[in-house]
Amino acid sequence: MIAFLRNTWRGLTSMRTALFLLFLLALAAMPGALLPQVDLNPVKVEEFVAANGWWGRLLNSLGFFDVYASVWFSAIYVLLFVSLVGCLTPRTFEYLRSLRARPVITPRNLSRLPHHREGTTDGDVDEVMRAARERLRGWRIEEREEADGARSISAERGYLRETGNLVFHFAMLGLIIALAIGKMFNYEGQVVVMADGSEFCNSGTFAYDSFSPGLRVDGTELNEFCVRVNDFNAHYLPTGQADFFRADIEYQVGEDLATNTWRPYPLEVNDPLRIAGDRIYLLGNGYAPTFTVTFPDGQQRTLTTQWRPADQITLLSEGATKFDPPGVTDPAQRREQQIAVTGLFAPTATLQGKLLASSFPDLRDPAVAIDVMRGDLGTNAGRGQSIFEIDQSMVDSGRLERVARANLRPGEDVRLDDGTVVSFDGVERFAYLQVSHDPAQTWVLVFSVFMTLGLSTSLLIKRRRVWVRATPGAGDDGDRRTVVLLGGLARTDQAGYGEEFGRIADDLLPEREPEDAPQQDVTAGREV
Amino acid sequence: MPVNETLSTYSDWCYGAAVGVYVLAMLFSLIDQAFGRRVPKAVRRARERELVGAGGPVLTEDVPVTDDTDVRTDGPEPGERARRLGRMSVALTVLGATLHLVALVMRGVATERVPWGNMYEFGATLCLVAVITWLVVLRRFPIQHLSVWVLLPVIALMFLGGVVLYSDAAPVQPALQSYWLVIHVFSIALGSGMVLVPGVVSVLYLVKNSRLRVADRLPSADVLDRVAYRTTVLAFPIFTAGVIFGAIWAESAWGRFWDWDPKETVSFVAWIVYAAYLHARAVAGWRGKPAAMINIAGMATMIFNLFFINLVVAGLHSYAGG
Ligand code: HEM
Repeated sequence: MIAFLRNTWRGLTSMRTALFLLFLLALAAMPGALLPQVDLNPVKVEEFVAANGWWGRLLNSLGFFDVYASVWFSAIYVLLFVSLVGCLTPRTFEYLRSLRARPVITPRNLSRLPHHREGTTDGDVDEVMRAARERLRGWRIEEREEADGARSISAERGYLRETGNLVFHFAMLGLIIALAIGKMFNYEGQVVVMADGSEFCNSGTFAYDSFSPGLRVDGTELNEFCVRVNDFNAHYLPTGQADFFRADIEYQVGEDLATNTWRPYPLEVNDPLRIAGDRIYLLGNGYAPTFTVTFPDGQQRTLTTQWRPADQITLLSEGATKFDPPGVTDPAQRREQQIAVTGLFAPTATLQGKLLASSFPDLRDPAVAIDVMRGDLGTNAGRGQSIFEIDQSMVDSGRLERVARANLRPGEDVRLDDGTVVSFDGVERFAYLQVSHDPAQTWVLVFSVFMTLGLSTSLLIKRRRVWVRATPGAGDDGDRRTVVLLGGLARTDQAGYGEEFGRIADDLLPEREPEDAPQQDVTAGREV
Repeated sequence: MPVNETLSTYSDWCYGAAVGVYVLAMLFSLIDQAFGRRVPKAVRRARERELVGAGGPVLTEDVPVTDDTDVRTDGPEPGERARRLGRMSVALTVLGATLHLVALVMRGVATERVPWGNMYEFGATLCLVAVITWLVVLRRFPIQHLSVWVLLPVIALMFLGGVVLYSDAAPVQPALQSYWLVIHVFSIALGSGMVLVPGVVSVLYLVKNSRLRVADRLPSADVLDRVAYRTTVLAFPIFTAGVIFGAIWAESAWGRFWDWDPKETVSFVAWIVYAAYLHARAVAGWRGKPAAMINIAGMATMIFNLFFINLVVAGLHSYAGG
């Protein structure tokens, strides 16, 4: 049992496994880019599942449309995490030991090393050693006496490589932890606010149109602040391309809430408002047409409801504005007389045949093409319903009927058979805001910066060794000569050590005279 | 923000001229590759052994070696002539890169912003980076007869960019009006452009290790491996930084630093593939061919990310298709 565990642990923490897990993680991430994902586009997922029958349903139940929250994706990265820890623990100890270690003893036979060179000089052993020490400044050096009056230097350099490597891996660990913490305590909510001085307060999840909390967030303890959208500015190039968006907002946070002080802020794309540990973004905008229904008894109801852009370029928008008849308390009767104004809104109207289209995203010539529906909207059926659409099943079953169809400009109206008047009063812009909260994101950034630094260090620095051995000897002509032997070894997988070794050798064995000092300079083996 | 039409037209002309010059450089280099050094294997091996010893950049192929089957009677022998074309190809590549740079600068001036604000411009920047990377490699390794293999994808990408992805010079939309456009996109272009070179060289590495006849005309596997490794090692941290800059930008643009947008996902995958490449070189049994294949997979992922993801899978990256 112990043996099994130990083997599993060994297997899991080997480099080969880590490599395999890395690949697996890359492979597992891929479907997220190629298949529609619930968190990015739930509608597309539904369409995809519907279009692919059992196959789509199988993928769905296996989590392929929510890859990054799926069990198998998490499993891989937990394994990778464990493998990482297992890899790092022994390496850290080895690193600490190597911090104090002296460069290893000079090998007996330097000519066996991947890089070596031999030569003779006129200077004595002391001079050679001095020159070598000078040249190898910055290296960690150990000088040793050897037999027969020979001396040698072992030098090693590039310890930072291992430091960088450890920094990288530990930062990666930190990053994974910070991401997990973020997942637990973050929240994110979206809300539409009319740009007519309407307010939004971060007082609970009910204030949002949609809200997605982290695992440990229930929405009861959100940071307190309020935002008011006074105006929305957009500017477009003549081609219709957007050039500039700005929501002129005011906010209050902390003491301002008690004193009811508002502070202005120009909210732009790419420039969120950061208050109270939250960020407020301008994510989008659109139009909300205003309709007034005047009932036969003279009572009026006015609503301004956002319609959603059906075309992002021209901002042709679609939606449904829904009215309950005033003063009707009997539910059955009310269900006979609900009214919905549904159709298209064009900021700059053009007609394509009889169809309304928009030719420009700005408000140059707004118009609506509407169907007025009367009857039972199905809003009381207990089912949630999209604010942008009417319930088509009500139309199909005949309980909701079209009673008028019209193209209207602001100020125009249409009269129904029972005397009810629906008028198009004008249009308001709305801002689509997002509030985000993630307490760990700064840590994520810090760790990723350390990762990059560690990575660059460990990739660009090489760990390498040089040995110099000087042996007193005699030249052919009987002069005292010193035989100098150099050996070099790059300890890590790293290209290009040969060049540096060549330079060191050139400096220490300067004059190359092939006639009287046969020099050998060999780089053997595979230098990588 | 008016756009200077004249300047942007000149920029287009320079772009076209750069492509033309690259094509010429590629043809010259092709001749060099085909005829420049027809060296019998045995001779080559001997020469390599001799020259690798220099310890410095390996000069394996710089000395003309006559091919006994290819000698004609008059004029300089063809191998020599081809090699001269090879040197001209390098000069032409420098000229092309200069035109290319001028094209980008003029577009930048015309639009009063950095010249990488849409797919066309991004592709152009990336290709320039690839060419410059290659020229830098050539300074250290005398392998200019391989230019043809690097210029081929560059020309293909530039052609694609100029014909399919071209967009008129214009200011960028609000989502892109940020200094992160300068930092993020440039570092990504730098990283992905550099990575093109080791990708191509790794393909050549595989060819070298195969039975194909061209293998004889390639430098030693060792040199190829070294070129691939060194460029990757420089490009990878830059790409990593580019992804981090992207995350910082995403935090202020999209409301979340990481959203598994398709482009983010594929960047993540590419990052892992390159990390795996670096690891593979440290694991016995993965060096050599498997590592080269991983490197090629890395390049493929990057290109996939650039084109397929942008043009087919729409994500949050709003410039896609533009
Ligand atoms: C290989 C990977 C990537 C490439 C090639 C890439 C390329 C680009 C390019 C070309 C732009 C465009 C602006 C333009 O010039 O039109 C851009 C924008 C942006 N990128 Fe990336 N990017 C990559 C990865 C990432 C990642 C990983 C992130 C985030 C984590 C990210 C976040 C952003 C953001 C926020 C913008 C600007 C907003 C927008 O386009 O709507 N990018 N990127």
